[in-house]
Amino acid sequence: MIFRVFAREELKKLFDAMASKNKIVGPVEIARDHNGKPLFAFNEVNSFNDIKLDYTTTKLSAKKYFLPYKEDLAAFRMDENDWQKKVDYNISEPFIFFGLHACDINALNKLDKVLMGSVYPMPYYAAKRKNMFIVGIDCTPQPYCFCRSMGADTALHGFDMFITDIGEKYFVEILSDTAFNFLKNIRTAEPIEADHIHYMKVASEKNKKFTAHVDTTDLTKILDMEFQSDVWKQWGEKCLACGSCSKACPTCYCYGVEETVDINLRGAKKTKKLYSCNLIDFAEVAGGHNFRPERHVRLKYRYYHKHRGFVEAYEESLCVGCGRCGEACLANITVPEVIASVRGEEN
Amino acid sequence: MDAGLVRTYLGVPLYRPKVAFFEFSSCEGCQLQLLNNESSLLDFLALVDVVNFREAMKEKADDYEIAFVEGSITRSDEAERLKDIRSKAKVLVALGSCACFGGVNQLKNRFSLDWVKKEVYGNSPVETEPVRPLGDVVRVDLKIFGCPVKKEEVEKIVTNIAVGKAVAHPKYPVCTECKANENICLFDLGEPCLGPITRGGCDSWCPNSRFGCWGCRGPAEDANVEQLKKIMKEYGFSEDTILDRLECFGGFSAFADTLRKSGEKNKGTSA
Ligand code: SF4
Ligand code: SF4
Ligand code: SF4
Ligand code: SF4
Ligand code: SF4
Repeated sequence: MIFRVFAREELKKLFDAMASKNKIVGPVEIARDHNGKPLFAFNEVNSFNDIKLDYTTTKLSAKKYFLPYKEDLAAFRMDENDWQKKVDYNISEPFIFFGLHACDINALNKLDKVLMGSVYPMPYYAAKRKNMFIVGIDCTPQPYCFCRSMGADTALHGFDMFITDIGEKYFVEILSDTAFNFLKNIRTAEPIEADHIHYMKVASEKNKKFTAHVDTTDLTKILDMEFQSDVWKQWGEKCLACGSCSKACPTCYCYGVEETVDINLRGAKKTKKLYSCNLIDFAEVAGGHNFRPERHVRLKYRYYHKHRGFVEAYEESLCVGCGRCGEACLANITVPEVIASVRGEEN
Repeated sequence: MDAGLVRTYLGVPLYRPKVAFFEFSSCEGCQLQLLNNESSLLDFLALVDVVNFREAMKEKADDYEIAFVEGSITRSDEAERLKDIRSKAKVLVALGSCACFGGVNQLKNRFSLDWVKKEVYGNSPVETEPVRPLGDVVRVDLKIFGCPVKKEEVEKIVTNIAVGKAVAHPKYPVCTECKANENICLFDLGEPCLGPITRGGCDSWCPNSRFGCWGCRGPAEDANVEQLKKIMKEYGFSEDTILDRLECFGGFSAFADTLRKSGEKNKGTSA
């Protein structure tokens, strides 16, 4: 691992060097909520002044850049006696994520396992993932963040460089040649002992700021034991079955595919749309039988996939503790509260 | 209105059903939706043989297989005419929220008919009945929701009918499409929205322009109306705000009735 430090004013130069030849996606402020708090989103940024590197979190994850909410998988042209299929992985150029937090980098690492590491990799995801350069940035835990409980508060891999604000300087961790070469555009130095001390201080202060926690001890077993627990019904009564949790989540990857024929009958499309296990017909099969017609059963399923099924398959949870699902949920259903209730604890 | 050659799909000539459009009490906005895209109108007319469409043509024929019916039923002669259409059509489609639920028209059902007549027609009263959706009078085979209906959706349905694909409505609520459109949630902006309980399919038409949903498509399947009422209260919206929205298009009339009655009871006890 290579570490460097650089002065604060160098950051803009680094951004400009990257932006001169590349598309940059980063956190920007999109509005204020009714309490005057800023709302953030990942969008394309053209100027360093527009990027908000001290953002709390974005309402929606950066998913639209690697798992778009809606994506054409194939287009068809049809004429009298023939037809042609055109497949496009829907990425026209490489791009740079400037300012992903550790949780979101870990989310990509988890998705990689499912969508690239399995027997049938998903080319639409892989094409985007292979064309992305990631600059990570440190963060301040918010009241809803429990990434530390999920072991996702630091990113060990899956990025090109990771920047931490240590006061007068930025501390940067370099994981790729490309990152190393980008840094040649600005003045950097070898960190000295004082920089290490500042880094460790920042890290330990960050740890103290976590207020939300999830106890994952023996969680897979406890979920198995509590499969019939009444708490699921209580949460199910609150759930709106709207799927906003999955839409906001950086790791939910479920989708549906729809085929549509153009009204002139000369074209057709196969379109993928992200779906959610909370939606009423998620487990409906041909013939109309629904394996999970009840809200609480579907809500439970979401927790079982994240915290049990995935753990058994990959030895880690499919949740990075970013807290977005709870923030998106109008019914205030949050992971720390649901898990605590299953464990029979007051949260 | 013969648009010439019968279309083929993958080399197979398609059956071109005879289609008629009718309207009852409504603004005729749904039919207008179908006419207002010239680029696809001819394609639409190539798929179906329109024999009756007052808004678009002079000729009329009684020989049709699919009847698209807009509007709600507010007079006894309308009910008779609808029954006649039903007897001639193989498939009857309720087009738009008036036809599906009574629509905005059904708001009058909250008042006494005498009062309504006086208020609307003054001293020259006409016959009027409580507003009914088509399904209360005849059997409806397919409902196309929306006030107005979404042109793209109707075209998709007609295309699917023509090529023999199943016609299915989304069962999930508007929120599902709203999140996919990356909208800022109206609740975050301090505005009410019925998106969490209203059937999707409109591609979150209103929230896309930062207007809260009014529920024009009626309830999503498994709509949790009770919970949304609680949430609206937590966000500080009055019961009247909730009721106004729930009763606007008629899709939630059962829920609105309960809420109105409990509201009146509460007012009674507090007065
Ligand atoms: S389940 Fe919730 S907390 Fe976990 S990764 Fe998804 S959005 Fe974040
Ligand atoms: S099953 Fe549910 S929780 Fe799991 S990835 Fe799919 S939508 Fe997300
Ligand atoms: S848990 Fe919340 S966000 Fe998820 S489907 Fe239920 S109500 Fe919607
Ligand atoms: S704006 Fe309305 S439809 Fe959109 S997410 Fe919020 S509640 Fe749902
Ligand atoms: S957002 Fe609601 S009111 Fe607006 S078109 Fe859609 S269903 Fe109708």
